[in-house]
Amino acid sequence: MGQDALTQRYLPVLIVIIISFIIGFSMLLISRLIRPKRPYTLKLTPYECGIPSTEDTWERFNVKFYIVALVFVIFDVEIIFLYPWALVYKKIGFYALLEMYLFIFILLIGYFYAIGKKVFNWSKE
Amino acid sequence: MIYLIFAYFCASMIGITLMALTRKNPVHSVLWLLLLFLHIAVLYLFLNAEFLAVVQVIVYAGAILVMFLFTVFLLGAKELPKGKRYTDLPEGKALIGLSLTGVFIGAFSSITTAWKGKYTIEYIEKIGNTKALGVMLFNEYPLAVFLLGIILLIPMIAVAVIAWRAK
Repeated sequence: MGQDALTQRYLPVLIVIIISFIIGFSMLLISRLIRPKRPYTLKLTPYECGIPSTEDTWERFNVKFYIVALVFVIFDVEIIFLYPWALVYKKIGFYALLEMYLFIFILLIGYFYAIGKKVFNWSKE
Repeated sequence: MIYLIFAYFCASMIGITLMALTRKNPVHSVLWLLLLFLHIAVLYLFLNAEFLAVVQVIVYAGAILVMFLFTVFLLGAKELPKGKRYTDLPEGKALIGLSLTGVFIGAFSSITTAWKGKYTIEYIEKIGNTKALGVMLFNEYPLAVFLLGIILLIPMIAVAVIAWRAK
């Protein structure tokens, strides 16, 4: 593994990034050049389902959104560990299957505990 | 060529960090942080840690940043207290500086490269980065996998506690 192998292996990724940047910015630039610009107050107000916006956007969000984000992080990390597991599953066999069952079981305990505590129940009662 | 790319990433990471720190709008800071995380992923590629780079993109840029964003929303960032923080005090600054120095000394004195042992660079190159990690993790360190499950269980319980307190 030389240094050149790295650049060669990730050259396609670099090209994709460059092309996507060019496409994105050229779209913005061309539309800026050819569109007419006639702003007025009503046009510049943020769109809020067609009704006039009532309050400042910097309000406090409900903690329920944060909880969903936290659960997403937990299961994202779990999925990450399935990648190396899936690659070596054939090599290790039943032992790896048992390990992954136990790993997911530990997480499912927490998940069902959270469901039992009505964490995902969004209705007001 | 590779040194040029490396130099670009190092310089831009410092610049991006400064941008993230100096933004007035916390949501803009989070977006600069997203760019920083993507640059860190490339830094992992320089270390031949391809799996770690993918984890950096999927977990950090994908999931943890969403959590940062929701934290900003949850705080209602305009309401942040303007009073003195412990980082403004000279004692606080000294404490942070000293503890960071301690961490750096600890990290740099315990650096080991993978030239020796069973998992040499050639071996990892042969069977692939992610596969090498999988073999090591599920063959030799099954206890670590269970500990990981328990570590991930703790935030799940925290979720239940937050929801219980919110009611």
